Amino acid sequence: MSSRNVDGEFLALPLRQLADAALSAAVAGGASYADLRVHSITTETVQLRDGELESAVLDRDIGLAVRVIVNGTWGFASHAGLTPDIAAESARHAVGVAVTLSALNAERIELADEPVYRDATWVSDYRIDPFTVSTAEKIVLLEEYSGRLLAGKKNGAGVDHVSAMVNTVKEQMFYADTFGSSITQQRVRTMPALEAVTVDAAAGSFESMRTLAPPTARGWETVAGDDVWNWTSELAELPVLLAEKTKSPSVVAGPTDLVIDPTNLWLTIHESIGHATEYDRAIGYEAAYAGTSFATPDKLNTMRYGSPVMNVTADRTVEHGLATIGYDAEGVAAQSWALVRDGIFVGYQLDRVFARKLGLARSNGCSHADSAHHVPIQRMPNVSLQPGREDLSTRDLISRVSDGIYIVGDKSWSIDMQRYNFQFTGQRFFRIRDGRLDGQLRDVAYQAVTTDFWNSMEAVGGPSTWQLGGAFNCGKAQPGQIAAVSHGCPSALFRGVNVLNTREESGR
Amino acid sequence: MIPAQDAVDLVLAAAATSGRCDETIVIVTDRAEASLRWAGNSMTTNGVSTSRSTAVISIVRKGDTAHVGALRSSVVDPDAVDGLVAASADAAHAAPEAHDAALLTPGSGSPADWGDPVPGTGAGAFAEVARALSAGFGRSDRLYGFAHHVVETTFLATSTGLRRRFTQPTGSVEINAKRGEASAWAGISTPWFAEVPVDSMLADLAMRLDWAKRTVELPAGRYETLMPPTTVADMMIYLGWSMDGRGAQEGRTALSAPGGGTRVGEKLTELPLTMYSDPFAGGLECSPFVHTAAGSERMSVFDNGMDISRVDWIRDGTISSLVYPRAAAAEFGTTAAVPADNLLMTGGSADLADMVAATERGLLLTTLWYIRTVDPATLLLTGLTRDGVYLIEDGEITAAVNNFRFNESPLDLLRRATEAGVPEPTLPREWSDWATRAVMPTLRIPDFHMSSVSQAQ
Repeated sequence: MSSRNVDGEFLALPLRQLADAALSAAVAGGASYADLRVHSITTETVQLRDGELESAVLDRDIGLAVRVIVNGTWGFASHAGLTPDIAAESARHAVGVAVTLSALNAERIELADEPVYRDATWVSDYRIDPFTVSTAEKIVLLEEYSGRLLAGKKNGAGVDHVSAMVNTVKEQMFYADTFGSSITQQRVRTMPALEAVTVDAAAGSFESMRTLAPPTARGWETVAGDDVWNWTSELAELPVLLAEKTKSPSVVAGPTDLVIDPTNLWLTIHESIGHATEYDRAIGYEAAYAGTSFATPDKLNTMRYGSPVMNVTADRTVEHGLATIGYDAEGVAAQSWALVRDGIFVGYQLDRVFARKLGLARSNGCSHADSAHHVPIQRMPNVSLQPGREDLSTRDLISRVSDGIYIVGDKSWSIDMQRYNFQFTGQRFFRIRDGRLDGQLRDVAYQAVTTDFWNSMEAVGGPSTWQLGGAFNCGKAQPGQIAAVSHGCPSALFRGVNVLNTREESGR
Repeated sequence: MIPAQDAVDLVLAAAATSGRCDETIVIVTDRAEASLRWAGNSMTTNGVSTSRSTAVISIVRKGDTAHVGALRSSVVDPDAVDGLVAASADAAHAAPEAHDAALLTPGSGSPADWGDPVPGTGAGAFAEVARALSAGFGRSDRLYGFAHHVVETTFLATSTGLRRRFTQPTGSVEINAKRGEASAWAGISTPWFAEVPVDSMLADLAMRLDWAKRTVELPAGRYETLMPPTTVADMMIYLGWSMDGRGAQEGRTALSAPGGGTRVGEKLTELPLTMYSDPFAGGLECSPFVHTAAGSERMSVFDNGMDISRVDWIRDGTISSLVYPRAAAAEFGTTAAVPADNLLMTGGSADLADMVAATERGLLLTTLWYIRTVDPATLLLTGLTRDGVYLIEDGEITAAVNNFRFNESPLDLLRRATEAGVPEPTLPREWSDWATRAVMPTLRIPDFHMSSVSQAQ
């Protein structure tokens, strides 16, 4: 948490009056519990194509949401208007929804206890508020970065096209419930990406490579300058790496030893551990959409998820984590806990309803809604693979491989609805021969079953290789909600993972 | 909340009073939404919401160049309008040149329904669905699913006198039924929730779960496969999203041709398949004009208010059009083509029952899931089969088979398809968050590539 304050513009809203109006109307309507959330999300998206502006849009979404429990049944209503009358009317609508649909409810809703937090405030840590930087300044910086990549075209390095984008977000939330909690929070996040494309017009083919800079819960300092990410180095080397990739040989498919960089492994963690340890999925709440999980409650504390070097934690506390926050959407304070310890599955992600269902005294604070107009659901905290005690470097891991691939950067991902079978590609694939890197490969994908993959993890890198990756766009639930989440991990060594040749997969 | 029409007038009046921009476009969308979700024969979440989006797009013209500022806000307080208009104008004055500049669509006065009230929705839309579901919850199969209704009314106006209005209803019901290890899915698109056939959907699900009484494990490989309409929709919608003209012209998409240029004119199949979008397609009606606050390779803010008409993306098996906003069309010497928010494929005539009967040994899919690009150069996509893969032997469905991960390109599927069924309205399962309006055939693929087995049930 930083020493900053929540912006005055948000605090100037009649937050207390909205809470009083909504919560009292809900109770008067028969609710045994109610909460009010005022949720503001300001987003700016700037996109350039070949160094020229394609689109710059500033978007502000704000509204209020009331959630109630009436006779053990949920009801939810939201509205764009921010007056006490609308707050009270929305509370009555929420009660009406619960009553109208109560015949469909077979399970009485009960919430796990949580201390009451009165007048709590939390603000994330960032240096430069991205909304104090003008759009014009953002465009100029992306023009300059694009120009550095396009300079490769003039130098014969083969960059034909460049896309550049930056997405900045400020999120503000006020929460109040009938237990007595009232919490005001603010956080920012930034996602930059540039991609270079080289075209072989004669062959009708092309190849691309994207920057590795991760999205992060920081401000404009993420993009401007080299303090957070070394843009100077990455933009200089990317055209050279792309040119090398276009001339590289196609991979030979088959079981292969892999050293996976944190810039790629974070996404595999997200899909095969993050989503698999969501309790709502494990008990079927997402069965018709996002899917279920092989990690069912009967396997808790007994199932071997991976090799003994596998230790995975969940948290909403890591500095600059995209899921980091002071309190969740149900007023539960942020925590950290274990999901996998020494390779054994030991923990779930929970909200107040699911904690109670699992027989635990307290939620671990994973309730989240992506806007005022969506009901809070259990969402992913930051889920991270811990580094080894010995500070092995990525080079140390590579030195243990006689014939394999070092995979860097994320690209394509897909996993089945019980989180067994996955397939990933990447940005850069370096051949490893006799413990050293030996040029790049192309057309690489790796495909595995989750527990086979994590059991094939022979070694993890040390703290010096640990890095936080993440995404803005994790999808779940119906109506669809997105969430931003980070995943930290070291480099890691896997033995005998099935590598595909994507050209052969397409029958070519 | 003041009426949306009044919000439009306030924005244009504020822009005119300030006089800082040459043109202003305002798009106000009122949205009413109701949702109902259930799992394991009990409701899990629900809700109703009311919201408004106001987009103000300011254009400053300096000689031959145009500069755009675009802001979108859900704030409904009328006192916020002046600030929104001023911020949009500031952004336009500070913006570099827009490369998609064009004259705005000329005005034609207000349409007759401009002043009509805005329709809404609420939990009451689900009354009949809830009744039928409640009966289903009392039976032994476990039901999971989602009912969703969104009614959006968009008002678009420009300082040059254009006024357009459109109401877009979007509704869907999806039901997943489970019995033991077996799982089945049914889904429909239903714009106004009129006569939703939940009872017949439940009967269809029960029949499919009966098919799974016998199960057969099959390995990865290439199989003769019948892709039902929802699976064809999911693959063809992805193809539609990949048909940008600029990218193809510049050699960086699967629609780029070897030697330069695009694949327009390439014959994909001898089957007489036509894939098109059409805002006036019966039952799939969608906005007949462009409305967007954000430019992209597919859309230009300068095209706001422009008519969207039917476009044949593939005609009689041949790629015939790519997506071009007006400025891109002028740059590449072709005609503008903007996709409507639906997708249809016609040309097939076989009934599914006949296609099954004509199959000696093959697979019948239910839905596809988690579809993502593997190789953009060939539009190779990966994904999973989901909620029912059935074995056909000697013209009859004889068992349920394990799920698979596939690696296939929609272009290659069309190149290899040997038979197309009669076009049917369908709900694209994977993309139903964004795309619910589709009419698609069943396709017979002689050698669908199942890359590996998925243990998922």
